[in-house]
Amino acid sequence: MSQSYDRGLIEDFGRWTEFSAGMWAWIFHKFTGWVLIGYLFTHIAVLSTAMSGPEVYTSTLQGLEALLIVRFLEVGLLAVAVFHILNGVRLLFVDLGVGLESQDRSFYASLVLTGAIVIASIPTFLAGAI
Amino acid sequence: MAERYSSFEPKGTRWLLQRLTAAFLVVVLAFHFMTLHFVNHAADVTFAGTQMRMQQPGYFVTMVAFGLTATFHGVNGVYNALVNQGIEGTGKTAVKWVLIVAALLLGVQIIRVATVMAGVSIA
Repeated sequence: MSQSYDRGLIEDFGRWTEFSAGMWAWIFHKFTGWVLIGYLFTHIAVLSTAMSGPEVYTSTLQGLEALLIVRFLEVGLLAVAVFHILNGVRLLFVDLGVGLESQDRSFYASLVLTGAIVIASIPTFLAGAI
Repeated sequence: MAERYSSFEPKGTRWLLQRLTAAFLVVVLAFHFMTLHFVNHAADVTFAGTQMRMQQPGYFVTMVAFGLTATFHGVNGVYNALVNQGIEGTGKTAVKWVLIVAALLLGVQIIRVATVMAGVSIA
């Protein structure tokens, strides 16, 4: 069941202290979405080095992976992607009308699970760089 | 509490396509991360390894579909976020066409790169 809701001016970030969990979920989903579409263009640009030859592709990717800052950026990308996925699944359930009464808790669960997955993945992402 | 903060008009075509592509991307993005960060370490990626994966028809089709679907989902999401921010008139039309052209260019590049990775030559 869909019902209209006057959420007020979410664009007025000056009243951020009044934002509810759902409002933060909306903002985080937008922010992570902007990061991911920006990354998609960057990712394809890097992979396009394959068109300059196998050696250029391999040396570009391995050269980037040798930079510690890139490894940390990858951890950040993982955090952004995992949150976008988990909150996206949450939104799909909301759209299907499932768990409407647990939207706040499912948002907090998305945050906690994102944190847990990212922390558990840090050793793999930084392996060989430090 | 049943508040909704969607950027979309519920039940619209763009709304539905965003959900359908999301369902596909959730699975494939997780697979992509697992394959290229945990099964194969990103630092160990070489063109030979990439080509070996991309020469498997199922993997090739999945990755191309992944790229094109992500492009649509991203561009559609950006457009709707901007509409939600109140963009309208000429600005809305300009944004729409810039995003369409950007998506088409990216989509073509995804296919070009994928075919090169697979060792397939398209004239």
